[in-house]
Amino acid sequence: MGLLMFEPGDDPGPSFAALLRRENPGAQKIAGWGSQSSGSLSGPDTRPAEGLPLRHGTTVAALRYAEGVVMAGDRRATEGNVIAHRAMEKVFPADRHSAVAIAGVAGPAVEMVKLFQTQLEHYEKVEGVALSLEGKANQLGQMVREHLPMAMQGLVVVPLYAGYDLRRQEGRIFTYDVTGGHFEEADHAATGSGGRDARTTIKLGWRPDLGREEAIELAVRALYEAADEDSATGGPDVVRGIFPMVATVTVDGYEEVPQQEVAERFSALVEQRGLGRGRGGGAP
Amino acid sequence: MTMPFYVAPEQVMKDRAEYAQKGIARGRSLVATVYDRGILMVADNPSRSLHKVSEIYDRIAFAGVGKYNEFDQLRVAGVRHADTKGFAFSREDVDARSLANLYAQFLGQVFTHEMKPLEVEILVAELGADGRPDQLYHVAYEGTITDEDRFAVLGGEADTISERFSASFEEGWSLDRALRSAVSALAGPERSLGPEDLEVAVLAGGNERRSFRRLPPSELSGLLTESTPKRPPKSGKAAGERPSDGNSQDDE
Repeated sequence: MGLLMFEPGDDPGPSFAALLRRENPGAQKIAGWGSQSSGSLSGPDTRPAEGLPLRHGTTVAALRYAEGVVMAGDRRATEGNVIAHRAMEKVFPADRHSAVAIAGVAGPAVEMVKLFQTQLEHYEKVEGVALSLEGKANQLGQMVREHLPMAMQGLVVVPLYAGYDLRRQEGRIFTYDVTGGHFEEADHAATGSGGRDARTTIKLGWRPDLGREEAIELAVRALYEAADEDSATGGPDVVRGIFPMVATVTVDGYEEVPQQEVAERFSALVEQRGLGRGRGGGAP
Repeated sequence: MTMPFYVAPEQVMKDRAEYAQKGIARGRSLVATVYDRGILMVADNPSRSLHKVSEIYDRIAFAGVGKYNEFDQLRVAGVRHADTKGFAFSREDVDARSLANLYAQFLGQVFTHEMKPLEVEILVAELGADGRPDQLYHVAYEGTITDEDRFAVLGGEADTISERFSASFEEGWSLDRALRSAVSALAGPERSLGPEDLEVAVLAGGNERRSFRRLPPSELSGLLTESTPKRPPKSGKAAGERPSDGNSQDDE
């Protein structure tokens, strides 16, 4: 590996994905990005990947509160009806002031996050300033779009992006579809197999200017409800001490909520839910 | 009838070296030194946006003097090298030594084969980790590489500045003392440099993965005024690790 120098007219600029595409086209093809012809969906390699043992990550949710955004994700990965991993992380810091969460096929999703993180940092270092939040959301959208041929084969990756906009001074949330279209959500969003239940829970409990504690509480409750209804979503695992991941992004940056705090929220929630016990013992 | 002039190779090299040295001497100098918590880099640079000191990777920084467009190109190449390597392998596998070697190779290549040598002198600094010491790699215009573990001075007046600085250098000194000493060494007896004339950055150990940080003028003026034994602001958590005991009292 030599020093990567380019002629002025030939410079890939601050884009890490473009650099990678030029330097290492082989690796790019494996990861699925950088396939220049995103439109060629009818190539020889478009067999659907159904039936392969693919790991899927499931429910992630985000909501806005007074100081920024809260993002949360369960920890379960599934392969069909088998639990493939119990402590998977689906919420990642994208950079200092934003977080990305993933739902979909775990392998390419984690790879996409890694590329996205590197891309944001690379841009910041080369240009000397960080991208705007809008710009970052756009970048992620392009990555999802480039992944479309893989998505057509069943390797769907759908991220959820949220961050603190330093210019507008508020938290913002973006959702994506498989074509890379990204949409800004007003207050909250959830995706993945249990996303529907999580979304409903948040919708019922959300109000403007939630405090930090209330927002974390609501995110935790949303995941609990999702796990209650959706078999692919993992609930709190008290036996192993594994709890969903919750993170906040505020003006001070990305911060993971300590597992201890999440555990306390869950035990409070379980206690509250447990009041109705005795009903479900034998199904009528 | 025309005959190509014969020029002795010694003469060619000498001319090129002289050319590069002259170019470097036109710019201002830079001092980098280790202190008790990391590495301090101080550049005599009044510009707020055209940086001489920048971040390469988590624990690696770059500093250059001489022609801005030339060393900035090297800086970007360094960022690209580090990011592609970290992406292909792991973040831990990115090290300053291999990057400094690449720079040395490149500068040496340009010096001997191109029309014009690069008029730059660069520094690759790496914050030590896991018992490894801090490392400063100084690469000259013709590709000579030297590694320092205490301090490095780059620029046209490197010798005089180095003399002044080594007189005041102390092992394991604090940030403010190192900074004041570096500034007075850069300024010399005739000039005085204020926060607006300086570009200062540190590679400092802490909780953050990325250890590079620029010191804004407001912080600089605080550090530069003597008789304020202020501790460098420690970023990050203060009340994070409160031991929670077993009683069921909720803390809301």
